[in-house]
Amino acid sequence: MDQNVIISLDNIHKSFGSLDVLRGINLDVSKGESAVVMGGSGSGKSVLIKHIVGLIKADQGTIRVLDKQVEELGEDEMDELRLSIGYLFQSGALFDSMTVFENLMFFLDRHAELTSSEAKDRIVETLEWVSLPEKVGHYPAELSGGQKKRIALARAVILEPKIILYDEPTTGLDPVSVRMVSDLIVRLQEDRGITSVAITHDLLCAEIIADQVHFLHHGEILATGPLNEISQHDHPAIATFFGSETIQQN
Amino acid sequence: MGQFFARVWRKPFEGRELLRQMDEVGTKSFVLTGITGLAIGIVMAMQSRGTLVRFGAEAVLPNMLALSVIKEIGPVITALVLAGRLGAGIGAEIGSMKVTEQIDALEVAALKPFHFLVITRVLACMIMFPILTLWTDSIAVFGGYIESLMASGMDYRIFISTAFESLRFSDVIVDTGKTAVFGFIVGIVSCHLGFTVRGGTREVGQSAMRAVMGSSLLILLTDVIIVRLSLMIFGTAG
Repeated sequence: MDQNVIISLDNIHKSFGSLDVLRGINLDVSKGESAVVMGGSGSGKSVLIKHIVGLIKADQGTIRVLDKQVEELGEDEMDELRLSIGYLFQSGALFDSMTVFENLMFFLDRHAELTSSEAKDRIVETLEWVSLPEKVGHYPAELSGGQKKRIALARAVILEPKIILYDEPTTGLDPVSVRMVSDLIVRLQEDRGITSVAITHDLLCAEIIADQVHFLHHGEILATGPLNEISQHDHPAIATFFGSETIQQN
Repeated sequence: MGQFFARVWRKPFEGRELLRQMDEVGTKSFVLTGITGLAIGIVMAMQSRGTLVRFGAEAVLPNMLALSVIKEIGPVITALVLAGRLGAGIGAEIGSMKVTEQIDALEVAALKPFHFLVITRVLACMIMFPILTLWTDSIAVFGGYIESLMASGMDYRIFISTAFESLRFSDVIVDTGKTAVFGFIVGIVSCHLGFTVRGGTREVGQSAMRAVMGSSLLILLTDVIIVRLSLMIFGTAG
């Protein structure tokens, strides 16, 4: 296996009852790479990304992340691995009983060995990075969709992970917010060398962030390559997807 | 339930969250349980007085009131009132955290949601139910005294000495202590139903409703078992 590969999924199968969601997925992501998994609704994208962080266990196959075999890890070892992985949820998943400050402090408080003033400095710095320092005392319910995503992104990076997984990072956002969130993802890759796996069906987002695109259809990866190549692929499912997405974007 | 007993001894111990939950369960329930206690005490005294007067036994009213409140009515009514308030609250809170992926967010941040959400809430219920029961019992006895004062001008020293003369310390311990079990039931049932929600807001609402119903029924059933057991062990109805 390539030494640079830090996420590797080998022949992953997953079923829920009689429904086969993933059917033999193979996916390698190299250090510093920004991989994007695209596909229509119900193609298994969210299920796929959840395997990487151990939220869902595969029925068959192996997953290696940062040289550790996920399915063999005990609870404490899994937690240790998770500290190297940030996760941006589709809904943001901010804790709604906490302010923005508390959402970020909650993670630092438990996992970072920082003094109180160092932790506060890091929160201010991270909020400035997502251009929302004024929202520090707000509750998630007081934020717009785009602001929630940016705060959730701030929370995903606050522990300085090596990998970030993005579950539909721009779904439901207006084009300005899509660009803003996508630019932040690119900056994470360029400035901090963070490896990322994003699942999305948003062409604009994929265009901005993707090094490699993996097209998922009915639990199988149909094609892998740069976005401009994938979008010209002649498989009917891919052609239909890019055709309808382009119409929507226009 | 098995997971609770397996994990409650293991780190991390979420002390701050436990205190926050004790405040949520306890401090914020004092008014509700206090009003409940006052109403129970006054109504019981009013209802019993007529019958006791007819048999010339009005003097035993304080004693009858204290025994009924401390041994049975106080613990069960307090637990049922708290099941309504907390069962719905915990079920809906955890259920909505589940459907909005907040529990997954705790999991992927290595924050052990079971410890943070379940153990703290169940322990808070187990600790605060007996305290709130003692509070409700006290207010109920006080309510009975107010009624006696207004109806017959009874002196408070006579009321207190009559009320507690045949009450044993073990009665208070066993009958108040059983509410820790009721607290466990409310906590574990509500957390379980919240954690297993699938779907959206409708299912969250249903899980909150089921948490109240399930907790209330189990409290009544468990009460019967505990009373039977305490009769066998202590020779006194628990």
